[in-house]
Amino acid sequence: MAFEYAPAPESRSIVDIKPSYGLFVDGAFVDGNGAAFKTINPATEETLAEIAEADEADVDAAVQAARRAFRSWSRMPGKERAKYLFRIARILQERARELAVLESIDNGKPIKESRDVDVPTVAAHFFYHAGWADKLDYAGLGPNPRALGVAGQVIPWNFPLLMLAWKVAPALACGNTVVLKPAETTPLTALLFAEICQQADLPAGVVNIITGAGGTGQALVGHPDVDKVAFTGSTDVGKAIARAVAGTDKKVTLELGGKAANIVFEDAALDQAVEGIVSGIFFNQGHVCCAGSRLLVQESVAEEVLHRLKRRMATLRVGDPLDKNTDIGAINSAEQLARITELSGIGDAEGAERWSPDCELPASGYWFPPTIFTGVSQAHRIAREEIFGPVLSVLTFRTPSEAIEKANNTPYGLSAGVWTEKGSRILHMADRLRAGVVWANTFNKFDPTSPFGGYQESGYGREGGRQGLAAYLKGGQA
Amino acid sequence: MPTTAPTDPAAGLASYSEVTKDERALRRFLHGLPGVDQVGAEARAAALGTRSIKTTAKEWALDLAIRMVDLTTLEGQDTPGKVRALAAKALRPDPSDPSCPSVAAVCVYGDMVAEVKSVVGDAVNVAAVATAFPSGRAALDIKLADTRDAVEAGADEIDMVIDRGAFLAGRYQQVFDEIVAVKEACQRPDGSHAHLKVIFETGELQTYDNVRRVSWLAMLAGADFIKTSTGKVQPAATLPVTLVMLEAVRDFREATGVQIGVKPAGGIRTAKDAIKYLVMVNEVAGDDWLTPDWFRFGASTLLNDLLMQRTKLTTGRYSGPDYFTLD
Amino acid sequence: MARLDVRKTYKLYIGGAFPRSESGHSYEVADAAGRFVANASLASRKDVRDAVVAARKAFGGWSGRTAYNRGQILYRIAEVMEDRRPQFEDAVRQSEGLGAAAARGQVDAAVDRLVWYAGWADKLAQVVGNANPVAGPFFNHTAPEPTGVVGALAPQESSLLGLVSTLAPVVVSGNVAVVVSSYGRPLPAVTFAEVLATSDVPGGVVNILTGDATVLGPWLAGHMDVNAIDLVGVAGHPDLAGELEVAAADNLKRVRRAPAAEPDWSIEPGLEPMTAFLEHKTVWHPVGV
Repeated sequence: MAFEYAPAPESRSIVDIKPSYGLFVDGAFVDGNGAAFKTINPATEETLAEIAEADEADVDAAVQAARRAFRSWSRMPGKERAKYLFRIARILQERARELAVLESIDNGKPIKESRDVDVPTVAAHFFYHAGWADKLDYAGLGPNPRALGVAGQVIPWNFPLLMLAWKVAPALACGNTVVLKPAETTPLTALLFAEICQQADLPAGVVNIITGAGGTGQALVGHPDVDKVAFTGSTDVGKAIARAVAGTDKKVTLELGGKAANIVFEDAALDQAVEGIVSGIFFNQGHVCCAGSRLLVQESVAEEVLHRLKRRMATLRVGDPLDKNTDIGAINSAEQLARITELSGIGDAEGAERWSPDCELPASGYWFPPTIFTGVSQAHRIAREEIFGPVLSVLTFRTPSEAIEKANNTPYGLSAGVWTEKGSRILHMADRLRAGVVWANTFNKFDPTSPFGGYQESGYGREGGRQGLAAYLKGGQA
Repeated sequence: MPTTAPTDPAAGLASYSEVTKDERALRRFLHGLPGVDQVGAEARAAALGTRSIKTTAKEWALDLAIRMVDLTTLEGQDTPGKVRALAAKALRPDPSDPSCPSVAAVCVYGDMVAEVKSVVGDAVNVAAVATAFPSGRAALDIKLADTRDAVEAGADEIDMVIDRGAFLAGRYQQVFDEIVAVKEACQRPDGSHAHLKVIFETGELQTYDNVRRVSWLAMLAGADFIKTSTGKVQPAATLPVTLVMLEAVRDFREATGVQIGVKPAGGIRTAKDAIKYLVMVNEVAGDDWLTPDWFRFGASTLLNDLLMQRTKLTTGRYSGPDYFTLD
Repeated sequence: MARLDVRKTYKLYIGGAFPRSESGHSYEVADAAGRFVANASLASRKDVRDAVVAARKAFGGWSGRTAYNRGQILYRIAEVMEDRRPQFEDAVRQSEGLGAAAARGQVDAAVDRLVWYAGWADKLAQVVGNANPVAGPFFNHTAPEPTGVVGALAPQESSLLGLVSTLAPVVVSGNVAVVVSSYGRPLPAVTFAEVLATSDVPGGVVNILTGDATVLGPWLAGHMDVNAIDLVGVAGHPDLAGELEVAAADNLKRVRRAPAAEPDWSIEPGLEPMTAFLEHKTVWHPVGV
């Protein structure tokens, strides 16, 4: 008899979404000069709130506020800065459920991920970096580490609050002040974070949150009084930023796209490998820059791995992000859905074979079923371009050297996965794969102590860990 | 491992006769099974444990869990009075509610089988532990006699223990042969046989690789059920151990067409835990296993918690231990 | 009659060989006083292309060597250089117009700098890498790796010490280099290439082009198979440096920016010249039985 799980929705009542939001500048919410825009719930297409758009003058005001705050913040004893960060970490924990629900509503990601992954990791990030604030002399990044100044930070919509934490926590720990622009489709948790800064009595201007789209981001990155630019997003925008800061003294870190190979050898622990494939590409609807979007499976076990993968995929539950049993939520925006649909269509047109389990998608909102393409070669566009959705391209290989060659045959280099029970082979593969993060017999794991970032066109600089601090210090020699 | 199930179980099993023909073949086969990564397996089990089972699904799951309980007493101090009381409870777990189902079986030592049978008749199965339970340290003929005694006394099911020493020493053939011999001892004169559950004592085998190997070994040797633990060794049943065993029975059926049951035993005390196991059965092995014929809980205190939660759902208020029998 | 000296032909150094420029062009090199010294090969964009191909081909082998071995080879370069000190002193004196003592000081410092970097080869990973205590059952560590093919515009003024100080930190970690020498003072670089050719440095690991950084820089900066670029050779030319940085963005090269003026090469460099061309790789693995 079938075990039908009854709906198990997380209560929305914990969040209080206001009809409209201003910009958070110099410790207070203010109106923006630009035209307000709407943020919607991608699972229902319901409008959640009106969001102020920051124009150049607003950006300038925020940068000036950050500059004013920098004087005292950077001179404040590290142990005092540390306490502010610890305080923020604790408030994040106290309001964890509220943040998780809000994140799922605004982003479309399943509550189990926002609750069990995003928000706890956010708090962990602040907790970790808090402890650095008064220990920077010991970080081994050169003598007399000093803050850079004002950091202009632009973050994406896939992990709105987590990306905020990756940016804000190290910046503040190192004595910088920040102006941060969340993505236009997911501003709400950043604005709630602004409220948390108020609750923590963080000095005005240390954190400024400005909302808007690409133009706002450009104004921020290009502002002459910004000393540091940190960006996470697409490689195209990353290149534009690299050009925009050319010839300036701005220090830059870029966390960009990826097309990671997840390599499964014939001697892998297959059940765990299948879990790794699933979490590699379907975690967060595949809206993950380090997603394992290219499965490279050894030909001798390809049939069996695919069989197991399909069987596993049939148990994935797609639907209401707030249902505690949902595994795959909504695609973040109509625009992103269109891109996934288009690239998948190209996969069909190029002759790859598409498969998805039977799953009923909700009538409204933006949805895409978990999908795999088999019969894919390196020449297919779906094997080269980042789809940023729940779409896996399956390729095969015969020997370790062929796996390495195919895995590295991309301008990207963010992450890679290896599955084998043979220790020496893991170390060999980890050595040869040109990627900033190699997950061996695991995938999509993140930790504030663990540096993250890419090779080649996946960007430069690291976030997290000791190396991540270098991005926010003068002369930081990671 | 083939990925499509043979239609004929006999032929399916026969296709594996090569791997059980001698010690070397058996070892090669068992050591060739895919490994189990501990961290990955535990993470998967934990993730399944976060499923939220509410309202109608919970009602359904609680009743199913009750029907899957092998209500167990395996103590030196067991007396006829004690096991009769337990047997009565197995028949009517909640005397105040006639809609409450009976459990699957009562599990006792072999010498108590007749006592239980006299209370439950054919309404509830009687399972007997055998083969020098719990350590399994006795000569084979003693183990076989132990088994035959229980079958003759009317046991519907035999819960045997494997020789963990032999398994850990790599004497797989010996473990295999012993299971085959016990299975033969389960035969009744009328040609039917008592269902054989094979207990691994996974807490002593330590690694999930061992659990996967011993699962295949037992299934190839003719086990009807594979069971985690005696309840006498910690840790007993855990979600990840059960996960590995569920993967084994799933893969075995795909390979041979033969379905094998799974019984976690020991350490499952709350309804919440039991539901996690059912979720795991559902998502790993599939709903074919969601019946007492193919999945059991070896437990004693679990039953009362299932009953309390069941009452909470029907009455809308939390109950207390005083409202349930202690047998 | 006095003996007529045999002059040297100054060529490029690509893939371990000394070709003339593919373009067939050369240019006059004068000493500090403006007197003709020699004709140097004038490297073209096609020489840049060939040098990048040679460097890429050498990358796997060089980066795959043990750090100990790379350290030994850098030390070997220092040994061979030491052996040819008089020649380098003459070259530096001629190029930079220094007195004998000052020229000797430059050569000594260049040799010592190589020795300093040689010692870093097998310590760098220990100093810039580390274990990460993640909150879970995982082994997690971060180690540096070379970025790949590095284009280096060598400084225009310091023809030897600056060159060595630019090149050594690139290759010590396993990168391979395409170096554009000082335009006006290229001859010590060519002599240095001859040292490299006899110091166990595999062909292609270092490629030295004599030519004009303002001409070759854009080709190097825009080359999609170059992973990083050091712009010190255009120090003091912010507009050009900015343009090169823009070109470098096409494949997100790691850029070591041009300083406002050429740095004081006598100062101990610190880690930054090495870390500028390192990637950090983080590896995760479960810990279980």
